[in-house]
Amino acid sequence: MNEALIRSLTPSVLAVLVRRGADFAAAEDAVQDALVEAIRVWPADPPRDPKGWLVTAAWRKFLDATRADTARRRREDLVDQEPAPGPAPAVDDTLQLYFLCAHPSLTPASAVALTLRAIGGLTTRQIAQAYLVPEATMAQRISRAKRTVSGVRFDQPGDVATVLRVLYLVFNEGYSGDVDLAAEAIRLTRQLAAQVDHPEVAGLLALMLLHHARRASRIAPDGSLVPLAEQDRTRWDTALIAEGVEILQAALARDRLGEFQAQAAIAALHADAPTAEETDWVQIVEWYDELTRLTDSPVVRLNRAVAVGEADGPHAGLAALATLDAALPRHTAVAAYLHERDGDLATAARLYAEAAHKAPNLAERDHLTRQAARLNAHSRR
Amino acid sequence: MAKYLLLKHYRGAPAAVNDVPMDRWTPEEISAHMQYMYDFAARLEKTGEFVDGQALAPEGAWVRYDGEGRPPVTDGPFAETKDLIAGWMVIDVDSYDRAVELAGELSAAPGAGGKPIHEWLEVRPFLAAPPTITE
Repeated sequence: MNEALIRSLTPSVLAVLVRRGADFAAAEDAVQDALVEAIRVWPADPPRDPKGWLVTAAWRKFLDATRADTARRRREDLVDQEPAPGPAPAVDDTLQLYFLCAHPSLTPASAVALTLRAIGGLTTRQIAQAYLVPEATMAQRISRAKRTVSGVRFDQPGDVATVLRVLYLVFNEGYSGDVDLAAEAIRLTRQLAAQVDHPEVAGLLALMLLHHARRASRIAPDGSLVPLAEQDRTRWDTALIAEGVEILQAALARDRLGEFQAQAAIAALHADAPTAEETDWVQIVEWYDELTRLTDSPVVRLNRAVAVGEADGPHAGLAALATLDAALPRHTAVAAYLHERDGDLATAARLYAEAAHKAPNLAERDHLTRQAARLNAHSRR
Repeated sequence: MAKYLLLKHYRGAPAAVNDVPMDRWTPEEISAHMQYMYDFAARLEKTGEFVDGQALAPEGAWVRYDGEGRPPVTDGPFAETKDLIAGWMVIDVDSYDRAVELAGELSAAPGAGGKPIHEWLEVRPFLAAPPTITE
């Protein structure tokens, strides 16, 4: 029994049922029942057309369940008027499933859970493990999400931006159980990119590939963060970088810039530098200017201040920083870094310690505490 | 989503508005209080925001390493002046605002006279793993 095959077929089978008019939750139940039957029957009698087999079995399960439910007699009448299920269509319906799972009526957490369940084909247990919550909690999140979208019409075109936001959330999730969520997000984004021709989809895919390529070098064996400048560049995955750059260039050539393409462009400039010193900071600042124009996000302005500090020196960086709200996350850490480069080690040490106190996660807090300790040890010498 | 710890204190928190020791409540008031807590947890399970929760016994001790080959030192039961945690609940919610909203609801559990206790609860964010993208 090939789990990868089953996982890859599940969303398109589900999409066929939903397109035929099945309620989302009922369709999912029917697909699960069909999968159970497949596991039982296939080893002895493998189907020639696995997807067609699953669609037929799932549709039959759905009709059985609907008929058995006398309280839903009205829908039964509707279902009987539907044409009989024919062979599975060649077109892939999963695109619509992406839009359904990222529907704006869902909270981000629900949209993420539903996407991993319905499109990723992950089990509820796997998703719960990845997010470090009990399985019952995740099951409730998913079933609420299913109820929320069950009345949503399936033929309305969705907003690509909401789908991308959900995929980006999955990619950014740092936890991992027995599923690698970053790899899962890349797999789903690749699927999406194959189906929808949109430069921002390509931009997000490129961004994910470029970040993923550096993953092995970002965390030391003891779990501590390794800053970009100190990463062992021989451990970067050059094949992924090449693929990311190629996808990005094709997207940029279409001249419909969006924030994911701009972020990917920055990641590509980092990935392209043979050493940290050879990073093209001037061009990175230009991309941050584009990003600021596109998003007007304070976090982008903060990152821009770092880039300005590298391109034009710490004084220019501190001047850019001075125009920003000091309450921004990581503002203090950036100030510490720029003061250190400016040679004011005492101020830098104090700010690193303050930034560590405010750090949002353990790895960052430990990293900043070490920076403060390093400077304090230096000044004692 | 972010995880938060809601801490309920036996001692150490600022005084509640409806500050009557539980042993002066009627049995019905205690039952109503317990029911409120169960219902609250059950509701969070349904919304997919519940992670875990436990009540703690009041007994506790401070324990410290006392050097190679020696048993750890304890200072015995908590003294009257020390902070005492009564129980905790871990929630996984969309925002800090939601965490505060839920803590507020939990603080409204009924106490003496069937009135909300208005007790102070501590809300603490978990330090999480770093996101995949930071630079």
